[in-house]
Amino acid sequence: MAKHDAARDADDAMAEFLRQARCAWVIAKKNARVYYLKGPVVSFGIVFPLFFYLSFAAGHNAPVEVMVPGIAAMALFFTASAVGPLVTPWERQARTFERLVTSPASLSAILAGDVGAGAAFGAALALLPLIAALVLTTAHIGAPLPLLAGWLLGATAFSSLGVLLAAPATDTPSQVMMLSNLVRLPLIFVSGVFVPHAQMPKWGQWLSPLSPLSYCADLIRVGFGGTAYFSVTLDVLVLAGFSAAFMVAAHYFHRRTRDHAT
Amino acid sequence: MSDVRGPGSKTADALVADSLTRRFGERVAVDRVSFSVDRGEVFGFLGPNGAGKSTTARMLTGFLAPTEGRAIVAGFDVATSPSAARRHIGVVPEEANVYADLTVRQNVLLMAELHGLAKAEREQRCTELLQTFDLTARATQKGRELSKGLRQRLMLCMALVSSPQILFLDEPTSGLDVASTRMIREVIASMNRQQGMTVFLTTHNMDEADQLCHRVAIIDRGRIAAIDTPVALRGRVDSRRSVVVKFSGSGAAPADVLPRPGMEVETLVDGWRVFSPEPGPLAQHIAARTADMGLRIESLNTLSPTLEEVFVSITGGAHGQA
Repeated sequence: MAKHDAARDADDAMAEFLRQARCAWVIAKKNARVYYLKGPVVSFGIVFPLFFYLSFAAGHNAPVEVMVPGIAAMALFFTASAVGPLVTPWERQARTFERLVTSPASLSAILAGDVGAGAAFGAALALLPLIAALVLTTAHIGAPLPLLAGWLLGATAFSSLGVLLAAPATDTPSQVMMLSNLVRLPLIFVSGVFVPHAQMPKWGQWLSPLSPLSYCADLIRVGFGGTAYFSVTLDVLVLAGFSAAFMVAAHYFHRRTRDHAT
Repeated sequence: MSDVRGPGSKTADALVADSLTRRFGERVAVDRVSFSVDRGEVFGFLGPNGAGKSTTARMLTGFLAPTEGRAIVAGFDVATSPSAARRHIGVVPEEANVYADLTVRQNVLLMAELHGLAKAEREQRCTELLQTFDLTARATQKGRELSKGLRQRLMLCMALVSSPQILFLDEPTSGLDVASTRMIREVIASMNRQQGMTVFLTTHNMDEADQLCHRVAIIDRGRIAAIDTPVALRGRVDSRRSVVVKFSGSGAAPADVLPRPGMEVETLVDGWRVFSPEPGPLAQHIAARTADMGLRIESLNTLSPTLEEVFVSITGGAHGQA
């Protein structure tokens, strides 16, 4: 009897997991349609990181093997984390967040949908500067697997960070945008994107391991035939850890915001 | 669990609020609210502004966690089985919350997908509902392009696409034109009658509650002040029963025909309303006295108190209006 009960509980849990996974997929599709596939969002996602990098790199005669992975990592970072912080405030403002929360989708499914849409958008859109660099420069892919791992894990980690930044109880996107830039911009400067780790000041080298972008850029650099500053295994594990930690934190803070709603 | 069934309930519970309490800091918005709603019942939830209506509805739909107490929806505890509970409900909030950048059809299909309907079923349900709410011709219009009435109809389609057991409606006809109001009321009544759908209706509109609801709860300052059928609630304020009389010509005033001085009289546009706990004998007295005076009555009716009068009587009517 108890065995049957346990089997039934397991079946119920699996059925619920699949239902929630489907909800997450539906929400990701909705996000793509409503928030991501817009001209200004797409162009901002490509142009901003490109010019941001070039404005810094222009005076430094950065070699191709440093510049291309740097631009690619920056583009991925910006595109994957750009819209996520805004989705929840936009939805709160339009009151569609209430619609989602009173649907069968759990908070985990809603956030997973948000993360999935952001990661897919970032991973797809950042391919454009990557492809352009491959066509227009002498850069070439030397190790596809580390590049792929860095690309996918980086997109997931950055998108999760974006969704975490959306947790404050506000329906004013500009407030979240300020917080988002306050967190994201410093991460760029300590991640070895502009300046190779070895040339960074000591304090920068100490701070660098705290940024998920460091590990993503490291993997992309290896993908373009460069050498790892940390190690490929460590990069993969830490990026996966950052993704999980951001998602857990996002769930905790979004739930807290919801439970303390006025 | 404490007995939370109000008078008049007959069958299994679709919805139970058990000592639901919600505090916002020091302020107690909802204070140990308990009631149950039968399956297939249309349950009205009335109260002045800020009385706790929407907060209670938000706790029942799982949008807001209660500080204390629990909510059972379709047999599921909203706190421990939120997704299971929400699979059985449809929600139409007071403020429009359709996706402005999605079309009418996409909005409805989104909710159908979230409820796990198969593709063929969601297409069919969507088509049926758009027809029912006269939105077929607007299926490709974006949410942002709709008027308030059309958005309200779309929200009903979105709430009904999963054929929910329980429909939560928050001021569904507020600010709508007569045609939209009538259509929405008719559909709600029809869904309840034909499909046995339970309806939890939060409203300021007493006529609407009177017309649609089997039972009504009145919440005041976060607490339930009364729960009963509209008829029984009206019976609680016998003093508001009345006789409405209109004389032919202008030869008579109420003071001439009333049995005793000091009775409460309200002047209407074309007659008078006289309040009495026993309107039948009063009407007979007025008719006889008018005949004695050689005057003619154009119309004479006895009236029960309106739900609005019950509401004002219970809430005091001092801190808001219905």
